[in-house]
Amino acid sequence: MTSNAHAAPPASTAEIGFGKPILDFATQILAVVGAELQKLRHDPWELVTRAIQPVLWLLLFGEVMAQVRGLSSGNLRYLDFLAAGILAQSVLFVAIFYGISAIWERDLGVLHRYLVSPAPRSALVIGKALSASVRGLAQAVFVYLLAFIVGVEVDVHPLNILGVVAVITLASGLFSTLSLIIACIVKTRERFMGIGQVLTMPIFFASNAIYPLTLMPAWLRVVSSVNPLTYTVDALRALMLTKGVSEYGLPLDLGVLMVTMALLVTVAARMYPRMVI
Amino acid sequence: MNDLANKALATADRAVVVTEALTKQFGDLVAVDQVSLVIREGEIFGLIGPNGAGKSTLIKMLATLLPPSSGGGTVAGYDIVRQSAKVRGRIGYVPQLLSADGSLTGRENLLLSARLYCVPHAERAGRIAQALASMGLTDAADHLVQRYSGGMIRRLEIAESMLHRPAVLFMDEPTVGLDPVARETVWSHVRELCATFRTTMLVTTHYMEEVEALCGRIAMITRGRIAAIGTPAELKAQTGPGATLDDVFAHLGGAELESEESYRDVQRTRRAAREHG
Repeated sequence: MTSNAHAAPPASTAEIGFGKPILDFATQILAVVGAELQKLRHDPWELVTRAIQPVLWLLLFGEVMAQVRGLSSGNLRYLDFLAAGILAQSVLFVAIFYGISAIWERDLGVLHRYLVSPAPRSALVIGKALSASVRGLAQAVFVYLLAFIVGVEVDVHPLNILGVVAVITLASGLFSTLSLIIACIVKTRERFMGIGQVLTMPIFFASNAIYPLTLMPAWLRVVSSVNPLTYTVDALRALMLTKGVSEYGLPLDLGVLMVTMALLVTVAARMYPRMVI
Repeated sequence: MNDLANKALATADRAVVVTEALTKQFGDLVAVDQVSLVIREGEIFGLIGPNGAGKSTLIKMLATLLPPSSGGGTVAGYDIVRQSAKVRGRIGYVPQLLSADGSLTGRENLLLSARLYCVPHAERAGRIAQALASMGLTDAADHLVQRYSGGMIRRLEIAESMLHRPAVLFMDEPTVGLDPVARETVWSHVRELCATFRTTMLVTTHYMEEVEALCGRIAMITRGRIAAIGTPAELKAQTGPGATLDDVFAHLGGAELESEESYRDVQRTRRAAREHG
């Protein structure tokens, strides 16, 4: 700590607990997530309306495409194959537009309140990411319910459920942090909507969400192999379905998601304060 | 100006805010131009000046929301650039825009602040209850803030920014858009807080009668520079016999009244006024 020439030392009443930084860091993450949970408690309808899209995909798209031969993958029926893909997709769609709430908060002034607090920017960004995870997990509940109803062979072993929770938490956090970075760059809601739409398509279609990678031309397979959604779907397929198997192996799936998440959080923590301007 | 600042420094028991040639440039526009200023502990210091004169930019630099282009300063003994996180732990900031979250209750908003500022767990509930009581918000504590009146929102925001007992409180046009009764209520609470906690306060406002009633010293800012600094009485005496603060404002800032206030500024101010009104 550098001393300075002209001002008085801080008052002795300083009460910020810098002495217990890890606990404080957790508290500050909790501050952001807690507020999000309280908001959802006040108005849970958003979660319900968001559940409509995966329902439509699974019921309309899934039931029709299940008739197409050649789409089935390995030992899985197409509807089972698709269920994990749709779970990942619904997580992606919720998370990728999450940045718009950051722009909204900037326009309102709520952003200033976060940025003027002593909370490290990484705590704020992780808090935001976990807030998106809460929404992603809510989506998962709906997709699971629906999967049961249409007869998907869902694995309900507690360890599998725990694994799904972990993957969805990571994937939601990852895509929402990407979304936050985009929000920091484009800064207006209008521009964001445009970019959000443009991003969703390639992330979704250049992945193994609704068809196996084996159907893809070689170049697209390369694209999808650097797509975090591919690893999300791969992990979900193995964890969610009784007959599901991971193509890449769960350690690689989780590793890719965690490393990408860490990178994105680092970038977002640097960019987030610049949103003020 | 520097003479006055130096004199203030010499007579200061404790300087809490010190700036030296603090400057902020946005492209070609010099929003804050070499501002040197000393504010002592316990002072209520007013910043007045036309829209777009640089008041908000100056406050944002002191609150570490914007990095200075050149020059520097300390707040509560910490450097606003090199020790920005420490500064943030010792200040409160009430932005011109709406910063309380409308989709949370008053109590939840306070809890969010308490966590962000790591107010010790054992003291949280007590401080929140006390803050609500002192701002006259106890009855409305568990209502959503979107149902609050403008004056109630401002009082809540001030309570939020005081929970961690900051050394300095920055308020950017806290009474914009409020009716006279709500304005008076806000100020009476602010005076009480300052007296109780010996908080130093830096406040911008367009209402000259507020400046006169509240501020020990004021600085008139035009085109990013300090055009005059002193007690309200001194400034009036400098302007001419029988001058009011409105005259001071017109005399020093009159030419600026039609200045380059941007569309976005107007939009923001109006939105803030609407949200608060």
